[in-house]
Amino acid sequence: MKSFVREFITQSRHVTQELRHRQLIQTALGKYEVKRDEKKAAFQNWPAARQAAAETKWEAINHLDQHLTDFARRLEARGTVVHWASTAETARDIILGIVRDSKARSIIKSKAMTAEEIHLNDALEHAGFEVVESDLGEYIVQLRKEAPYHIVFPAMHLTRGEISELFARELGSAPTESPEELTMIARRALRQKYITADVGITGANFAIAETGMISITENEGNARLTAALPKVMITLLGIEKILPRLEDLALFLPMLATAGAGQALTCYNSLYGGPRQPGESDGPEQYHVVLLDNRRTQLLADPEQRDALHCIRCGACLNVCPIYRNIGGHTYATTYSGPIGSVITPHLRGLQDWKHLSYASSLCGACTETCPVKIDLHHHLLQNRRNSARQKPSRTEKLTFKLAAVVMNRPRLYAIVKKMARLFQPLHKLVKGSRLDPAYAWTQTRDLPTVPDQSFKDWWRTRA
Amino acid sequence: MNEREAILARIREALTLTAGKPGAHGGGPGHHEPAVSPGPGSARQWLPVVGDSFEERIALFRANSAELKTDFYLLNTREELAKLLVELRDIEGWQRIGSHSGSLTQPACETLALPVCRTDGSYDVHELEKCDAGLTECDALIAQTGSVLVTSRSAGGRALSVLPPHHVVLARREQLLPDLPAAFELVKTKYSPNYPSFASLITGPSRTGDIERILVLGAHGPKKLTILCL
Ligand code: SF4
Repeated sequence: MKSFVREFITQSRHVTQELRHRQLIQTALGKYEVKRDEKKAAFQNWPAARQAAAETKWEAINHLDQHLTDFARRLEARGTVVHWASTAETARDIILGIVRDSKARSIIKSKAMTAEEIHLNDALEHAGFEVVESDLGEYIVQLRKEAPYHIVFPAMHLTRGEISELFARELGSAPTESPEELTMIARRALRQKYITADVGITGANFAIAETGMISITENEGNARLTAALPKVMITLLGIEKILPRLEDLALFLPMLATAGAGQALTCYNSLYGGPRQPGESDGPEQYHVVLLDNRRTQLLADPEQRDALHCIRCGACLNVCPIYRNIGGHTYATTYSGPIGSVITPHLRGLQDWKHLSYASSLCGACTETCPVKIDLHHHLLQNRRNSARQKPSRTEKLTFKLAAVVMNRPRLYAIVKKMARLFQPLHKLVKGSRLDPAYAWTQTRDLPTVPDQSFKDWWRTRA
Repeated sequence: MNEREAILARIREALTLTAGKPGAHGGGPGHHEPAVSPGPGSARQWLPVVGDSFEERIALFRANSAELKTDFYLLNTREELAKLLVELRDIEGWQRIGSHSGSLTQPACETLALPVCRTDGSYDVHELEKCDAGLTECDALIAQTGSVLVTSRSAGGRALSVLPPHHVVLARREQLLPDLPAAFELVKTKYSPNYPSFASLITGPSRTGDIERILVLGAHGPKKLTILCL
């Protein structure tokens, strides 16, 4: 259990010192900030839009059972098979079953964080199927056998040189420094995959209860191809993706684009409401929608932090987070990184194992301030700390505070301790920053304040 | 209990405890309650401004197109349209095109006099993949964002507008809508309850910023988007 924390600390230390990483992230996010501010300013009233979005999601979550039933019923009415999965394992089994039934050989996938969450690719590959990620960033990290670095920009941590080397090694392409050429190499490599794939798997950004449709937001067109060409299409989504009405998208799509990538609107916002219908010329013969719980209902049962289910996965809180920008996405070792990941991972994977993420925060509140659906992120980090301490109090901490209380409540004793501190201070220098130092965790990189020769009280008494 | 019932039961159980209205916390500077609670068409008051007249809207659509790197042309006659199409064909050296039947696409295909892969009924994907351009109609143009609204019914299915490297949209002036709320309203009034299985708001040619956040056009979808509006 401890190893998650230790790994986290080791990695953080390593990444924060990597100059190349810092430079890449700062340039990438600097560009993002300029664009985001420009697009935000185009809104007539961004703060009011945020409040409206927050209330819409609140309403959706408050009637989640009703909305989900409507959503499923409407999809089913037009020939979609809707599956419900309580756990990651059930979801994997359902998808494996569909893939086996369709006698598929190859599978094309567009970006889906939910699929990362349930380790779908591993399961499919284990069962002998070829799965190809079609989003360029995801394709790159898949070739590197890595997890996505960021929920919106999966390959933000790589330079074009590294990508060129990777493509040369894996695809046999000629090395190039041009992002355009690199993109075209991937485009060519993936084209045939779309056409020959038997199954297409997608995620979803929103689920519209009113019309029984899922909505996918993307820039590249890979999700559209994934949904157009293979004869079987599967969409995996969390149950919290619900929006009540179709017109809610008129607010959510531009907000997602603005907060997430500094765009007025993402290139493709597509709605899918079933398999190929009578009279239509293409689209899958079979459409499956898999609704995933995987402990979301547990988060729902906590009214204090329930609003974390409002998240639209825009990634804005990652982009502004000083911790994320310093330690990078992979250090979290979770599917969802950044502030939102720190908040929900303890719910999804256990508080004691993942509480350290809630401590790794300056509590500056930049995340809360930027979140388009106004999730109270930094307070949730505090609540996680409180809950973990309540669940498993630290003995030393308790003892320290008890002792402090004893001393603080007795002025005479306090005076003695003060004198002793002054006396022992020179001795501290001998061990400072070494393992013998009782305050090692603090003093290895910082100084303790020096105890002055004279206290304020003494000075007050002796002032002329 | 099956999975569906189990999940719904857990949701109902969880919702017996209520959560306070969102946004009660500080929310940072500039925080304030919205004047109106969310409801039909209410997003309009918060979204970017759109002018009232046709001229203003077309100007906004044009400006958005320029930023998105969409080629937008407003044409006055069918002859102008035909001339432009022929020019495009010759400059880009189109050998074959994909299209579907429609009152604008039909004459356009005749003008171009090229082999056409039609996507009105079942078609061969490999044939469509070899096309140099996909010629489609649309449901609407949206001034606010410079988007084109297509559905599987209005634009010849799902693949025609995304597989060929150049997507050419033929639209009419009357199809210009002011904003996103109007676009979703149109989808509802035009199709409800018998919705097409696919609809998409296309905003510029396909793009990616996945390599060092540098913009590259034509990631997987069309490298070029041309909108010809009559
Ligand atoms: S918590 Fe808010 S800012 Fe962070 S990803 Fe979710 S919606 Fe975006």
